[in-house]
Amino acid sequence: MNVVVMLKQTFDTEARITLDEKGRINREGVSLIINPYDEFAVEEGLRVKEKSKGEVTVVSVGEAQVQEALRQALAMGADKAILVSPDGMEVDEYVTATILAKVIGGLQYDIILAGWRAIDDGSAQVAARVAEILGLPMVNMVTRLEVGEGSVLATREIEGGSEVVEVPLPAVVTAQKGLNEPRYPTMKGIMQAKKKPMQKMTLQDLGLDAGQVVPKVRAVKYYLPPPRKPGRIIPGEAAEAAAALVRALREEAKII
Amino acid sequence: MPGGIWVYAEQKDGKLKKVTLELLSAARKIADEQKEELCAVLTGRDVAGLAGTLAEYGADKVYLLQSEDLENYTTDGYTSAVTALVREHQPSVFLLGYTVLGRDLAAHVAQRLDTGLFTDCVDVRLEDGQLVFKRPIYAGKAFFEGVCPEARPVMATVRPNVLPVNPPQAGRTAQVIEVNPQPGSIRQIIRDVVRQVSTRPELTEADIIVSGGRGMKGPENFRLLEELADVLGAAVGASRAAVDAGWAPHSMQVGQTGKTVSPTLYIACGISGAIQHLAGMGSSKYIVAINKDPEANIFKVADYGIVGDLFEVVPLLIQEFKKLKEQG
Repeated sequence: MNVVVMLKQTFDTEARITLDEKGRINREGVSLIINPYDEFAVEEGLRVKEKSKGEVTVVSVGEAQVQEALRQALAMGADKAILVSPDGMEVDEYVTATILAKVIGGLQYDIILAGWRAIDDGSAQVAARVAEILGLPMVNMVTRLEVGEGSVLATREIEGGSEVVEVPLPAVVTAQKGLNEPRYPTMKGIMQAKKKPMQKMTLQDLGLDAGQVVPKVRAVKYYLPPPRKPGRIIPGEAAEAAAALVRALREEAKII
Repeated sequence: MPGGIWVYAEQKDGKLKKVTLELLSAARKIADEQKEELCAVLTGRDVAGLAGTLAEYGADKVYLLQSEDLENYTTDGYTSAVTALVREHQPSVFLLGYTVLGRDLAAHVAQRLDTGLFTDCVDVRLEDGQLVFKRPIYAGKAFFEGVCPEARPVMATVRPNVLPVNPPQAGRTAQVIEVNPQPGSIRQIIRDVVRQVSTRPELTEADIIVSGGRGMKGPENFRLLEELADVLGAAVGASRAAVDAGWAPHSMQVGQTGKTVSPTLYIACGISGAIQHLAGMGSSKYIVAINKDPEANIFKVADYGIVGDLFEVVPLLIQEFKKLKEQG
């Protein structure tokens, strides 16, 4: 089975967000990680490969620093990485999906994996868009995956429970937390990753012209939420404080 | 003649979801400002009876798509049926709820229609003749406002529990249009459905959430939070620390790698207040924190704090709320 994993590099979850002088999200000095949901996808891809022979290719859209995230996936055990630079162009989910689908369309694949969302913009739409462009069935928010001959059984989260869905391969499957515990790269893996292929491509290399990568949506502005003001500590012994809290919720906040 | 402002009327087990009413109320305002009609898209099996409620909450037209193939949600069936309808009528705006179903459907439909989609919006307003969508990013650590200048329909999914619901107008009617749905070939075969029987509300839609962190000390102690939740009609959540320790399933996790929630009241028990957790619940209207450590970060965002042992405080709170309930 050949597996393709779509991967995004995101800010660390503990990152504080600030704006730069242009009013955009400040990327200076922020520590970057593989989007945690995509890390589940990488791990699952490696497990599929280990059971059925084949290759795992990780693909991403972004600037040069994304190579660090791709290199980490290679160190975990992926075989090849492809990074497409959007050449400083503004990208939205539509453009990102167009680029990814173009790259993946040129690869051999049985299954395409990705996280169900990225923890930065939380759009949760790139995988679905890629599935549509490539004409593939998709199963979203998967917590368990069994790969069979020509089809997969995927357990996905639904409201108030879960369902088991079978889809024919090739298919797109997105990972939800709980699917697996991603492995840590070993020292050997880190050394080997240095020798694995990292292909860097431009839109031109892909044969995409400017007209095909025009964003559908545009950012008007970014801003930070007003900081929450600390309220008050309710004094007294436990019984006294509990009673005072319930009174405050009823009389001041008027929500009980 | 523009094709109208559309809302996807999500229902579950024959009941309209609250987010559907929230969408209708928001879309009604847009429709009035743009002088367009408000249309609801209702899919499923035997759901015609819900059209009256959609009318009372503002729909002028209800497109009714009923078929056996649409009884259960499948990505292919719903995407094909809804896309065909949108192509036929060319609405200018199409809003759905940011739910498990809504976000899957919206993304697939948006791509088939070659249009833009704003995910998880908390506000939409008309400015200089175009709609501006506001959405939290980085789990609420920042906000993004954007527009979709050309592609139509403009699509968005809206976060449940954020937008207000207009009071229904009794006796208001809508034109019900029965559509012969075109679900096409469906590649997803549902082999099994496991429902977790829970009488508690869905975390992302709950009005009150009781949440536990590392201070819960073990999975068995979540029963205490469940008891408090049931007195309040609340949902139960957990911090990443509690989920990573295996004390609660990840479906209960609140935070940047879990669910982002917007309840009226969030009661944090034994939660220290890591940045990624605060991001997930920072838009709660009121935050109550109970923690032994007076220096805990959570107190910096809490409206009301109790510095104390949650195992002592929570049982007392349960008693107090019960008393209040008895008084009516």
